[in-house]
Amino acid sequence: MAEFSVEYVQALGEDGAVDEDEAPELDDESLRETYRLMKLSRRADERAVALQRRGELGTYAPGIGQEAAQVGSALALGESEWMVPSFRESAAYLARGTPVHRLLWYALGMEEGAEVAGSNFPPSIPVGSQSLHAAGLGWAQEMAESDEATICYFGDGATSEGDVYEAMNVAGVLDAHTVFFCQNNQYAISTPRRIQTRTETLAQKAVSAGIEGIQVDGNDVLGVRAVTQDALAKAREGDPVLIEALTYRRSMHTTSDDPTVYRTEDEEEEWGTRDPIERFERHLLETDVLDGESIAAIEGEIEETLADEIDLAKAGREEVDPAEMFDYVFAEMPPELRRQKEEWKSENERGGKEEGFERDE
Amino acid sequence: MTNELRLVEAIRQTLDEEMARDESMVVYGEDVGVNGGVFRATQALRDEYPDRVYDTPVAEAAIIGLGVGLGAYGMTPVAEIQFASFAYQGFHQIQQHAARMRSRTRGTLNVPMTVRMPYGGGIRALELHSESFEAGYAHIPGLKVVIPSNPADAKGLLASAIRDPDPVMFLEPTRLYRAMRESVPEGDHTVPLSEAAVVREGEDATAVAWGGMVPETLSAVEASDASVEVVDLRTASPMDSATIVESVRKTGRCVVVHEAPRTGGLAAEVVARINDDALYHLEAPVERVTGYDVPFPLFAREDAYRPDSERIRRGIERVLSA
Repeated sequence: MAEFSVEYVQALGEDGAVDEDEAPELDDESLRETYRLMKLSRRADERAVALQRRGELGTYAPGIGQEAAQVGSALALGESEWMVPSFRESAAYLARGTPVHRLLWYALGMEEGAEVAGSNFPPSIPVGSQSLHAAGLGWAQEMAESDEATICYFGDGATSEGDVYEAMNVAGVLDAHTVFFCQNNQYAISTPRRIQTRTETLAQKAVSAGIEGIQVDGNDVLGVRAVTQDALAKAREGDPVLIEALTYRRSMHTTSDDPTVYRTEDEEEEWGTRDPIERFERHLLETDVLDGESIAAIEGEIEETLADEIDLAKAGREEVDPAEMFDYVFAEMPPELRRQKEEWKSENERGGKEEGFERDE
Repeated sequence: MTNELRLVEAIRQTLDEEMARDESMVVYGEDVGVNGGVFRATQALRDEYPDRVYDTPVAEAAIIGLGVGLGAYGMTPVAEIQFASFAYQGFHQIQQHAARMRSRTRGTLNVPMTVRMPYGGGIRALELHSESFEAGYAHIPGLKVVIPSNPADAKGLLASAIRDPDPVMFLEPTRLYRAMRESVPEGDHTVPLSEAAVVREGEDATAVAWGGMVPETLSAVEASDASVEVVDLRTASPMDSATIVESVRKTGRCVVVHEAPRTGGLAAEVVARINDDALYHLEAPVERVTGYDVPFPLFAREDAYRPDSERIRRGIERVLSA
């Protein structure tokens, strides 16, 4: 009989203690950049939710509370390696250099926000389905004898999807260079982790696919970074890994969701004490990597960036040409589609943009 | 130069030639490697390209979904789904990702995948091995749906599908895999997608068919005294309306034939396109000869379900006498 155990890693404890055996070697500049990205993501999410509340943004899925899991793991990935996200990966995108206005464009209902820049896949809405694309990229890397890898994000709910099992299973068989990064944020909308599956951990789902599974404190950015670096090193050699990062979605599932219906304030407060940014900030203050002045400077810079990016997002929204929906269906537009586009234009652009055609809601 | 080949042999030859032509092409699916495919469409391919022909686990969603990743990496994925009726296990990957990737990323990511799958009835197969779902795929924007009806087209269309930068569902009629041996051009041979073929010229009526129904339709036409033009649609989507419309404007009468159930079948779309562009040339209502609106029956009743040349001939007689 096969036996298994699941290792749990924590480098930066809730009490601020650092386990030197687990912590990654990062210089002060890297530590400050990690902190800046986590803060940027938190503030971008807060601004996005506020914009949505004012009717200036569509549905948005904030990742508040998951910044360590995403930034720690995304920074472990090489620039030309592939990142395959779910729909709550703003922090990971930001860590990969994606500007905020592109994330806002997607939430403004614009395909421009899903354009592929660099080696980042677009957001994936159907839960867990993107894991197979990551397995495909990882398999391609194996066939190409590449020394690169692919990381895929999904949540605790996705582990109940068949696609995620299929992805881990084929990745194992095909020696795919894929790291499956599960952010167990404790809830799939309202469904708590305990009724998602009877397994004690999500990491052990790897066992059934014959690949390695490991747990990490997902609110510990140093632990996440270290575990992801190790996993990527294995994946680059053709050994896929499943990481379960234990974290908490501190905010709503999306702006359409009301978490008070399904969880208690006590629980939210308890997880609040484990906030990943606060924990990391305390550590950086204690180790003199940051002080009050440098934090204020970072915060000031973030607010300026966000103001500019929100302006860019709104300006882009003004430029949306609805007729472009016809343009990218196929490499070459078939005659029937050309006809439909002409039909649309004749019905909507008669008399020009001044009359009969509203560009904004 | 030509070669006498069965349809399945033409498929196999094309895969071989395309792999030689495109070093980034990968063939994969259930039992396609050592076994050479359950219909032998990939026979011995793995011996020639051991690093590019793969047996996969029994996981249709994975087979389709992997292709999205392979394509993004710059490879040319050519997947086999063992029977079209099992593609539903991967349907979400087709509909939610492969078909819409180019559109949702404004052309910055495409899926140059070809999904080959045997489809259709007439071979006394097990339950759920005989369906024709071309209308379902044709209803998905961003997806091309190609169905050959003879060995030469199988080669030319498959080569075009593999070279196409967009996802193509390539439906191979099981009934025709070994039904005929016909000349197939040697060397580089492509048939453009979205171009129907007038496979027999006529003046009195038009019969539109595709895949497994083309030989049945041709034999029905041969049994008729009338001069009937036969259009082999070849690509179900994006459909070549122009060839159909041109023929119907000439003949004024039309029969559309398919194996799939009638309601919502592709014949309805053909009729609608005739309505758009040839209505005033019609001298009779367009006739549909199709499968019935029942789940494809087990094979003891499949002959009753599947249109044959006699049913098609009666359909032609009805439009001619209307």
